[in-house]
Amino acid sequence: MNSFTYARAVDSADAVRQGAAVNAKYLGGGTNLVDLMRETLERPSALVDVTGLSSAITEREDGSILIGAAAKNTAVAENKAVRTRYPLLARAILAGASGQIRNMATVGGNLLQRTRCPYFYDDEGSRCNKRVPGQGCDAIQGFNRIHAILGASSACVATHPSDMCVALAALGALVHITGSDGQRTIDFAELHVLPGENPEVETTLRPGELIIAVEIPALPFARHSVYRKVRDRASYAFALISVAAAIEIDSGVVKDVRLALGGVAHKPWRALKLEAALTGQPATDENFRAAADQELADAKPLTHNGFKIELAKRTIVAVLAELAGDLS
Amino acid sequence: MSINVNGSSIDLPSDTRVSLLDLLRDHLDMVGTKKGCNQGACGACTVLVDGERILSCLALAVQYEGRSVTTIEGLSTEGMLHPIQRAFIEHDGFQCGYCTPGQICSAVGMLGEVKRGLPSNVTGDLAGGSITLTRDELCERMSGNLCRCGAYNGIVDAITEFAETIK
Amino acid sequence: MSIKDAAQAVMKKAVQAAPDGWMPGGTPDPLIRQKHGLIGKPVSRLDGPQKVSGTARFAAEFPMENMVYAALKYSTVAKGRIKELDSAAAEAAPGVVLVMTYRNAPRMKPAPLFMSSDKAAGGDDLPIMQDEEIHWNGQPISLVLAEAQEQADYAKSLIRVTYETEPSVTVFEDAKANAEQGVFQGQPLLLEIGDAEASLAAAPHKVDVVYRTPRHSHNAIELHAATVGWDGDNLRVHDASQGVAHGAWSLAQVFGLEEAQVHVTSPYVGGGFGSKALWQHQILAAAASKVAGRPVRIMLSREGVYRIVGGRTLTEQRVAIGAQADGSFDALIQTGMVAMGRHNNMPEPFILPAMSAYKSGSFKLAVEAAKMDMLANTFMRAPGEAVGTFALESAVDELAESLGMDPIELRIRNEPEKDPTSGVPFSSRHIVEAYKAGAERFGWAARKAKPGTHREGEWLLGMGCATATYPYYRMPGGAARITLTKDGRATVEIAAHEMGMGTATTQTMVTADRLGLGMECVTVNYGDSHFPGVVLAGGSQQTASIGASVIAAHRELITELLKLAGKDSPLAGLDADEVTGRDGYLCKADELGRRESYVSMMARIGRDEITAEATAPPPLEFTHWSMHSHGAMFCEVRVNAVTGETRVTRFLGYFDCGRILNPKTAASQFRGGIIMGLGLALMEETQFDERNGRVMNPSLAEYHVPVQMDVPEIDVIWTDIPDAHAPMGAHGVGEIGITGVGAAVANAIFNATGKRVRDLPITLDKMM
Ligand SMILES: Cc1cc2nc3c(=O)[nH]c(=O)nc-3n(C[C@H](O)[C@H](O)[C@H](O)COP(=O)(O)OP(=O)(O)OC[C@H]3O[C@@H](n4cnc5c(N)ncnc54)[C@H](O)[C@@H]3O)c2cc1C
Ligand code: FES
Ligand code: FES
Repeated sequence: MNSFTYARAVDSADAVRQGAAVNAKYLGGGTNLVDLMRETLERPSALVDVTGLSSAITEREDGSILIGAAAKNTAVAENKAVRTRYPLLARAILAGASGQIRNMATVGGNLLQRTRCPYFYDDEGSRCNKRVPGQGCDAIQGFNRIHAILGASSACVATHPSDMCVALAALGALVHITGSDGQRTIDFAELHVLPGENPEVETTLRPGELIIAVEIPALPFARHSVYRKVRDRASYAFALISVAAAIEIDSGVVKDVRLALGGVAHKPWRALKLEAALTGQPATDENFRAAADQELADAKPLTHNGFKIELAKRTIVAVLAELAGDLS
Repeated sequence: MSINVNGSSIDLPSDTRVSLLDLLRDHLDMVGTKKGCNQGACGACTVLVDGERILSCLALAVQYEGRSVTTIEGLSTEGMLHPIQRAFIEHDGFQCGYCTPGQICSAVGMLGEVKRGLPSNVTGDLAGGSITLTRDELCERMSGNLCRCGAYNGIVDAITEFAETIK
Repeated sequence: MSIKDAAQAVMKKAVQAAPDGWMPGGTPDPLIRQKHGLIGKPVSRLDGPQKVSGTARFAAEFPMENMVYAALKYSTVAKGRIKELDSAAAEAAPGVVLVMTYRNAPRMKPAPLFMSSDKAAGGDDLPIMQDEEIHWNGQPISLVLAEAQEQADYAKSLIRVTYETEPSVTVFEDAKANAEQGVFQGQPLLLEIGDAEASLAAAPHKVDVVYRTPRHSHNAIELHAATVGWDGDNLRVHDASQGVAHGAWSLAQVFGLEEAQVHVTSPYVGGGFGSKALWQHQILAAAASKVAGRPVRIMLSREGVYRIVGGRTLTEQRVAIGAQADGSFDALIQTGMVAMGRHNNMPEPFILPAMSAYKSGSFKLAVEAAKMDMLANTFMRAPGEAVGTFALESAVDELAESLGMDPIELRIRNEPEKDPTSGVPFSSRHIVEAYKAGAERFGWAARKAKPGTHREGEWLLGMGCATATYPYYRMPGGAARITLTKDGRATVEIAAHEMGMGTATTQTMVTADRLGLGMECVTVNYGDSHFPGVVLAGGSQQTASIGASVIAAHRELITELLKLAGKDSPLAGLDADEVTGRDGYLCKADELGRRESYVSMMARIGRDEITAEATAPPPLEFTHWSMHSHGAMFCEVRVNAVTGETRVTRFLGYFDCGRILNPKTAASQFRGGIIMGLGLALMEETQFDERNGRVMNPSLAEYHVPVQMDVPEIDVIWTDIPDAHAPMGAHGVGEIGITGVGAAVANAIFNATGKRVRDLPITLDKMM
């Protein structure tokens, strides 16, 4: 780890001011950043601690919920409104990491955590286009069981590891951002990007921009929603595949559906094709399967991760069937 | 710039890189808090900060300025073991003992979370208020603490017994 | 030299000498008969208060004055030489005291390779930072010392290295072409009885399949660490060690010192499982300390442990069994290949279980080693047996399935009366009882014979069983010292180890019973190379080794005591075999009223203390008998039909390991082994990238070991039948627990789903 200065931001303006310094980085709980700094994958010269900024979780009149970026993962999962109105979000958070880590991790940091690709982590011994653009990717011919099946490129096959983000993608959340050019709000789907030729670029945030809050729109049918995570051990492991879903069914017909996949791509994967295919269709297992097939039609397996395609489809069907069963 | 460790005010190190774990172990010679991975993956370094369990290896000491840290050394008072420490001995909740301080601090923090009604990944009804500490609930909540000796059954028994006594 | 060789070497001499009690030709250890004592009582660990309060100090937790911190940098190629190594920036970095490379490291000899002599402890016998040569991907190439750990770590990141690579063998398939006969403990891993291939071909029923097991890492939660310092030419090492005497002697060889000049202590070890031997980190720390003139603390990063501490190697095993319709085996074949480093000698001996598990008309057992340019592989909990039983016991299950026979019945039908390959009698073997009682307790009768027929919602349920087996060992060289003081207290000193097995507690109980003292009057000191004995905490032999050593020292002590007490003592005229200890008294064994207290004897003698030291007799017992621990392992799983996830819902281990000395700590050992076996079955694999020989998951986040949520309540029980030919009637229990588990789980998964997985770990993708 290189040396750095440390300062706490008193408000978001202060944070942005400090964050504009060369090579500064915002610090949330530090559960990802400190690890990456120790691995010398991140080498900031200034840390701006943003955990003192808003962590409020507010229910607003339009039915949306605003969650301050400094809110701890635990606090979001514990929040009564989140638990009852968006169980998929509470469940996604609780399925992630461990109790200790959730007590430290912030919403802002969770959004921006980086991939767990072992070749990315192996700073000294492996090639990675994220670390050194243009260097090559050792994962493509290496161990790639945990890697992407959708939206990958010849430069990068890494996945985004977050559970919480999968739920936020399904919910169509908004991300409130501030920076030296002022505030802006973007769709959650616009925050993370696919790797393309520049996998070192992971989000659409501009240099120095700060996430101040995540907004979850009112989505009444999300009361019946689930998050299902499939992994190599029963707890404290990243997802091989995860599915966040909510569905609204009216007399056996899908009125609305939201579904996102984790563990499949460089970003939390909102299943728009599946959603379009299912809407207006009878809520049957056959239709769920057909829609899942459609969503994964473009999936491309690597040497070790081909199982994820079928696993994703099966998990999607099981999750939707479970929700449909609850509702009927 | 100070931090409170087990009731004593401690000056923070000038090097911002020092983790809370290394502050305890290297600077204060409080070696009860263990280092098993230094990457957030084992739970051996678990301490309580203002009563909440966290991983001290992923915490920079400076982040916790002004906060109160309780370590395993702070759980026993005046040489008297905390009841949960006694329960760990009685139920053989350890073998080599290396993960043990982390397990115990984690258990204390975890029981606080249960008391407040924080759900877990195995909680059936998220809307429900109180949590019953079933075996599954306990195991899921303690899964952030690895024990390679495999003392998991004894750990469950020890925590269960202690949880009964504080009900 | 092998354990057996060593035993045989001394055998000739020893046979003439009067054999000690439980030895061949003698009577069993009198403690076996004793029923009133501490043995068999569940006693809590004596070091519990220290461990739960954080006051137990481990290797990296001993401060030394003026100490500096070390960080290691590792090679990134498998073979070749360092071309350029630029350490200028590191040397100039704040706080840096020394950057050591092959250029300025002191001259050292390679560590003596483990098992190359009785006190050798080295994981490999390669040169240690002596030249530019690179032998594996991950080899230490530089060590930085700094005033603080953060400074050392940072400076290390500034070192720039380039390599000239040479062709290397990092692909197992390539290495197989030049495989050699595996040699373990001086014996070729090859055994043929009859013409097994012909018998197999002729047999009416058969299985003939290949199983694979991957590399494993021990992953003790304590990182490998040491605190070292020099006082002139004397080296002081606070180590985490499974062999303090071995470590001290081996370090002395490396640095050209007398053995006594090296003092290694290791009061607590945060888990070993075979890994806490002498690897390069202790040696490099000592070397750097010498150069810098300051004490050094080295604690490997978790990645560092994966790079320089070897683990279990991979195996590829063919198992073929030919059988008659009644299930009796005509042929038992277990042959195959393991990967092995070029500078170690551990061809994972997976055929050991098959040497004594079943009777068969013919045998063919062989291990070949394919040499690779990789980190030295090494001993890991139940080396050979842990993975050998996976293949063997899966194959037995496959045969039972094809015969339409209950797998327990098939095993019982092939139960041998004597060791089927050596022909010597078993010292103690009650596996059939364990199976019968275990089946009853587990509810085996409820198992559905037809696989894949028990479903609850998404979950498929199944049961499986397998045999656990691990040999009884006792290595030569055990010795102990006992001191009796005038207040009637005794202290044992022995260079043994406590890594969580409960050794300190159990041996205190045993010694207390032997002397007839309360536990509070007995202290067992261990973990110090200056104590007597060469007692490895490995091979589950420590219990027997300490037991035999203490028996010998105790006999000396009592002989001396009786002699000095003289003719006025009520015990006058009796010898050590005629007395027994009870309630603080020495008593005539068959006339307990004739007695004198230790305090009174010491007063009569007029001494403050009496000390006796003795060496254990050579381990003749296992040349006369086939000595093994056994277990019947039962497992119930649920396999998710949608996702392929497996959850173990119940597990029972019914063990036959002689007398259980302390049920509390023994149960924990059994459970701990079983849990590591669940890891082996379902999730563990050290991922070795065959392109460059680099471990790619050097992290506890990426290498999965079981967490609390993966582990059900594990039922363990035992026959508790003493083995008359072992000290205390007991076998070590540290490794038996992991054996058989892989197969029990795989067999249960087959029963649940009808899918047979022969390639560990059984991750969900293999179930899809
Ligand atoms: C062993 C282990 C297991 C884990 N398992 C899981 C798992 O199963 N599922 C899962 O989802 N996660 C898992 N995690 C990851 C964990 O959830 C993340 O590390 C955590 O959410 C990051 O939050 P943080 O506040 O600590 O972020 P930090 O580490 O503080 O920051 C992460 C990044 O976000 C940036 N940042 C932080 N706040 C802001 C802000 N307000 N605006 C702009 N940038 C910001 C930082 O600069 C940094 O780049 C695991 C982590 C570990 C160590
Ligand atoms: S040392 Fe902190 S989690 Fe392992
Ligand atoms: S007691 Fe050894 S790791 Fe838990």
